[in-house]
Amino acid sequence: MKYLDEYRDPVLARRLLDELRATATRPWRIMEVCGGQTHTLVRQGIDELLPAGMRMIHGPGCPVCVTPLETLDRAVVIAARPGVILTSFGDMLRVPGTRTDLLSLRARGADVRVVYAPMDAVRLASAHPDRQVVFLAVGFETTAPANAMAVLHAARLGLPNFTMLVSHVLVPPAMTALLQDPACEVQAFLAAGHVCAVMGWREYEPIAAHYRVPIVVTGFEPLDLLEGILMAVAQLEAGRYEVENQYARAVRRTGNTAAQDAVRRVFRVTDRSWRGIGHLPSSGLELAQEYSRFDAARRFRVDGLRPAEDAECIAGAVLTGAKLPTDCPAYGTRCTPRHPLGAPMVSSEGTCAAFHAAGRTRTRSTT
Amino acid sequence: MSALCPAPLHEDEVVLLGHGAGGRLSAELLDRLILPALDGGPGPMEDAALLPGYRELVMSTDSFVVSPLFFPGGDIGSLAVHGTVNDLAMRGAWPLALSVSFIAEEGLPLTELRSVAVSLGKAAQQVGVPVITGDTKVVGRGAADRLFVNTTGIGRRHGSLHPSAALARPGDAVLLSGPIGLHGITVLSTREGLGFEADIASDTRPLHRLVAALAPLGAAVHVLRDPTRGGLAAALNEIARDSRVAVEIEEPAVPVPQAVASACDMLGLDPLVVANEGCLVAFVTADAAEEALTALRSLPEGARAVRIGEVLPEGPAARVTLRTLVGARRIVDMPLGEQLPRIC
Repeated sequence: MKYLDEYRDPVLARRLLDELRATATRPWRIMEVCGGQTHTLVRQGIDELLPAGMRMIHGPGCPVCVTPLETLDRAVVIAARPGVILTSFGDMLRVPGTRTDLLSLRARGADVRVVYAPMDAVRLASAHPDRQVVFLAVGFETTAPANAMAVLHAARLGLPNFTMLVSHVLVPPAMTALLQDPACEVQAFLAAGHVCAVMGWREYEPIAAHYRVPIVVTGFEPLDLLEGILMAVAQLEAGRYEVENQYARAVRRTGNTAAQDAVRRVFRVTDRSWRGIGHLPSSGLELAQEYSRFDAARRFRVDGLRPAEDAECIAGAVLTGAKLPTDCPAYGTRCTPRHPLGAPMVSSEGTCAAFHAAGRTRTRSTT
Repeated sequence: MSALCPAPLHEDEVVLLGHGAGGRLSAELLDRLILPALDGGPGPMEDAALLPGYRELVMSTDSFVVSPLFFPGGDIGSLAVHGTVNDLAMRGAWPLALSVSFIAEEGLPLTELRSVAVSLGKAAQQVGVPVITGDTKVVGRGAADRLFVNTTGIGRRHGSLHPSAALARPGDAVLLSGPIGLHGITVLSTREGLGFEADIASDTRPLHRLVAALAPLGAAVHVLRDPTRGGLAAALNEIARDSRVAVEIEEPAVPVPQAVASACDMLGLDPLVVANEGCLVAFVTADAAEEALTALRSLPEGARAVRIGEVLPEGPAARVTLRTLVGARRIVDMPLGEQLPRIC
């Protein structure tokens, strides 16, 4: 458990900041892909201590934020049906759907439960054979192996009452999409350490080479981020564009091959709509044919979904780093964690929530 | 059912779990619904109220609905004693007497009810406060979750201590009597089987002796608060609001046990909003800070007391800021509504 203090040492942090100031000669733009990294940056105020002109662009790596509205609306309809127990991670429950969120549905009597692991949902299905247990499976490559294992376990148990509403997304296609946008300002990426712990970093090598962009696999503690930023800046200053690994204590190049195998067995790559970003080819996972009996979208036919985003929410621009939460006229007024208009204000990985929790105001973060 | 009518539009029409979490939602419920109905007057919301007509007597009541009933470090019985004793103590009072009410669900094993009652009696004895009246009700299966307990207490203030959430002043030192986050994480971990409870225990304990140790400092003690629901973040925000001052704390100075920090990381929680049941925050004049720390550290329950911050000489009223590990400054907001229901 000692690792936390070691990666939160204030003296080392200041030393890294000094080194960063000594290294950076230009106003570099670096994107941290993952929302967990965004929260560390904003909670610690690291982004405000960077050398003058240098900027972190907050990326799309908040799984809750990019889960399509239609999936959420579908989950709401399924959860409202008699005999259903709908399970998901806590963050997902407060995300506003077109008409309501899952937590409000629970207050009105639906059986919606927070679980901490997908296997909890399998256990619930075992314990309640008379109920249909649905797990809302969202997330990047990080959570896919555990979800795959849950499906494999349910298959072994022969559970007829367990299904998943799958909305998995993949990081590399999103990075590629961002880089292909002519307006993209990103000059280097901090790749998400947890995603790479599963997938390794081989698939990032062609991206770094093709777009001539440094990518540093980075952890989530304050010192991890400072070191990751420093490594990215060193590459930029030297004109290099390689994949480097800051998070060596958790990540190797090939990743966790056993986890990858489980994912490949249970899921297949599919096109996916990202909330706020749009349709990205081959950017998601869905259940493979062999496991389609566990697909909640098939078991529960839901017709007539008409997802409609709040007209004022600029979640898409925030998720792609084109705008800051504080650029949004609704930020902190009509849109708060209490009354969120969009998902980034809800999730613990959402950029808007990170800004709001740290008390960022318009004047403060744009100066 | 069609997708067009999944649920009514506004969540605000029913009570949400978040209304009971001690954060912004709880405050809204009090301000907009409960206080107006009771003709509640203006003024700071304190942990305990002065008994009208009696200058030295204070009164407090608290209901306990924690799930599970038993957890490492305590149970609903000891918690019910400590909670009310501590609320009295935060107004500078020594507990004189308690009342206890049980609401039990049909089917609760008598052995469990006995264990809770015995633990409650033992806790009261250790505090040195008699339980002088009580009540027991039983409701049908499903009408309560096993057992709920209410305690009400009356206390007498130490002559010289008159702390109030409205008395923080610029320059005050902010002291904390012990590590944070233990109670909330222990209860959550026990209930959900997360495994952290093997390493930690709830900090539930009476704080009246700590307050008695501060009594010689008299009027130099401006505010006392036990950061229960909503954690340190809620307690500091309430004090900053009621005293109209700016409070700043130093992140490296706030003691967060490793197991709490790890659990919070995994669950995406902020230790500052996790509930405590055995520590207090004291705002004292700067020149009394060392004496107050010595007094707190003279007792086992205050052995790890530290100074965590100060009331800024000037700054926006009602604002709490934190100097982060890397030296940046961020606002510590009032929590909305904790994600850990039924921890006390």
